[in-house]
Amino acid sequence: MQVTLADIKRGQQGVITDVSSIHIPLKLLEMGCLPGNMVELVQVAPFADPMYLNINGTHLAIRKETAIHILIDISNE
Amino acid sequence: MSKQINVALIGNPNTGKTSVFNALTGLNQKVGNYPGITVEKKEGICKLPRGVKAHIIDLPGTYSLNASSLDENVVIELLLNKNDKDFPDVAVVVSDVENLKRNLLLYTQIKDLEIPTILVINMSDRMEYKGIHLDIPYLEQELQTKIALISTRKNKGIDQLKELITNYKDLSVTPCLNASEIDTAYFEKLRQAFPNQLLYKLWLVITQDVNFGKVDRNQIEAINSFKTKGKSDLKRLQQKETIKRYQFINNTLKKGQTIDLSNAKDLRIKLDRILTHKIWGYLIFFVILLTIFQAIYDWAEVPMDFIDSTFASLSEWVKNVLPEGAFTNLIAEGVIPGLGGIVIFIPQIAFLFLFIAVLEESGYMSRVVFLMDRIMRRFGLSGKSVVPLISGTACAIPAIMATRNIESWKERLITILVTPFTTCSARLPVYLIIISLVIPQGRFLGLSYQALTLMLLYLIGFGAAIFSAWLLNKILKIKSKTFFVVEMPNYKVPLLKNVALTVLEKTKSFVFGAGKIILAISIVLWFLASYGPGEQFNNAEEIVTAEYATDNLSQDELDQKIASHKLEHSFIGIAGHAIEPIIRPLGYDWKIGIAIVSSFAAREVFVGTLATIYSVGSDEEETIKNRMAKEINPVLGTPLFNFASGISLLLFYAFAMQCMSTLAIVKRETNTWKWPILQLTIMSAFAYVVALIAYQFLK
Repeated sequence: MQVTLADIKRGQQGVITDVSSIHIPLKLLEMGCLPGNMVELVQVAPFADPMYLNINGTHLAIRKETAIHILIDISNE
Repeated sequence: MSKQINVALIGNPNTGKTSVFNALTGLNQKVGNYPGITVEKKEGICKLPRGVKAHIIDLPGTYSLNASSLDENVVIELLLNKNDKDFPDVAVVVSDVENLKRNLLLYTQIKDLEIPTILVINMSDRMEYKGIHLDIPYLEQELQTKIALISTRKNKGIDQLKELITNYKDLSVTPCLNASEIDTAYFEKLRQAFPNQLLYKLWLVITQDVNFGKVDRNQIEAINSFKTKGKSDLKRLQQKETIKRYQFINNTLKKGQTIDLSNAKDLRIKLDRILTHKIWGYLIFFVILLTIFQAIYDWAEVPMDFIDSTFASLSEWVKNVLPEGAFTNLIAEGVIPGLGGIVIFIPQIAFLFLFIAVLEESGYMSRVVFLMDRIMRRFGLSGKSVVPLISGTACAIPAIMATRNIESWKERLITILVTPFTTCSARLPVYLIIISLVIPQGRFLGLSYQALTLMLLYLIGFGAAIFSAWLLNKILKIKSKTFFVVEMPNYKVPLLKNVALTVLEKTKSFVFGAGKIILAISIVLWFLASYGPGEQFNNAEEIVTAEYATDNLSQDELDQKIASHKLEHSFIGIAGHAIEPIIRPLGYDWKIGIAIVSSFAAREVFVGTLATIYSVGSDEEETIKNRMAKEINPVLGTPLFNFASGISLLLFYAFAMQCMSTLAIVKRETNTWKWPILQLTIMSAFAYVVALIAYQFLK
């Protein structure tokens, strides 16, 4: 099932299927946020923003406004 | 003497790059600024085998050569400018064994620039713990380099790295992949247009939004005309490039690195369940802040009192030893107290940076950003602004220095500009004495009015800071990309050496950076208070002695009268008289005027100055307070310090920028007088208006 990264719950995992390269800072891609990589939502701050992710072993936090531009597949769960 | 080898240390943030720098250079390092911008420039000298020396420059941490901040611009500007005197003979890319894949991205880019490159794999002591095994010869072959497997924590591998640097000429300069494959036709055209240029360098110049210095200017303009692709096309190509690099890295690591996950332990996730928790996370952060606050406020008091008394006795001593005269006075009353005024801040600065270094080194600071981002974002601040704003309650100077780790220039500038609104400890003596004078005893819901007033003043300070941040965020038009990507690094036990060097370096940068300005201003203020024109000042002794001839005053009392008379007719006294018409609507007289002018040096001077003017012998609060209570407003004939003028004075001190040391540090941190001068004018004007309204409304 395809959803955006902003839709998943704490502890959920998925595989990145598409990133909108116009809305996503290059830095995030360089840190491993690329199609095919695993992503897990580790922790969220109050109001689910920012989001603390584990992308392929890299732990990082992004804001919700960025997360909505990342599509993931959660059907393998 | 043989030529020094220029070495550039490059690496992602959180790879221990600074530890490597500290291990190589030790105390032979200096920290400055890149000309015109406030990015820290760290360089040092390292002794290599066989008497060779290396000049090492620790470049700001970056994830790639695609710059998105001033810090990162510095990296590519240096690497693309062969004419820069710091242009590296050899690049040392520092990586972290746990994040090798991500760290290698930057490495492959550096290799494309055909600079001799050494790969350092740091934190090798963690390999066993994480179940990582590396095939070093294979990696060296695939990555076309020499690898130094080191551990700065265990002090291993540093000698091998030094050896590699010494023999940098043996390193291969062949790139490890062909990036131009992402769009062969485009790169072929580029090659034909600029046959003598390195292809990857051209690509960087096209895609980066940075200033490449004068040398390359013409080339860039020529290339600009060649720009056949739009921004979004270029970005798509950059994405393709990133994917291509990761493909290469994945293939290399598939053979070169094995990770036995059954051996791997991850403390980070467990700790973060608590430390970034919606409730516990904030609670723990609050406790940490309280500790920091307590430390700067309380622990620093002992060394500060010691510094205070030492400089006071030093003044005394100089006065006794040197022959009387203008020069002795300059040394004893101008220079020594001026120096004391700089040294007095060192304990607070050292304590704050001790804590900040520990928070940064341990990896906790990223969690603070995570926790506070949402709240601070609304006001144009960063999650990292929290620490400066809170530590501003002790002293604005270390607080403003602490803004250096805020990446976005706009967020950092706003933090610097609003921090002086928070109630610093120097305001406290002023608040306390005025509150006890004008706020009645008595309780409201069990809390004394006086305590409530004090708390209200702290809240007003915070409120003003937050509100002006919000306002500045709307007004300031600074182009700064504020996307938010924060790495949450693994927790580490801070390295003592790194913490100690940070504390030392911050203290030095305050003493030598802002210290000069503080010393200069305090000497000027001393001069203005100790000299005056005309009869009244120069013959103060005779005039006062004659006036009180029949009063049978003791010598001490007479001396106090003389000092008071002198101050009244000194340049500062004249200034106090001159501003009286301006401050009368606030409910003040010229004596308070003098205290306000001289407390520009530091707010707490207010109390001492009033003591001199009222010729009260001691600095005892009770004595001064009693004397102040007797003071009569010359116009109204009522007590000068009443509720209205007291509140007006409290509000004035809450908002006015009465601290030259803060201005000096703002000048240093922003690299221009523009911001401190704006700060001074706007804050003082605001303070005046608020005090005016308060007095007129309450009187």
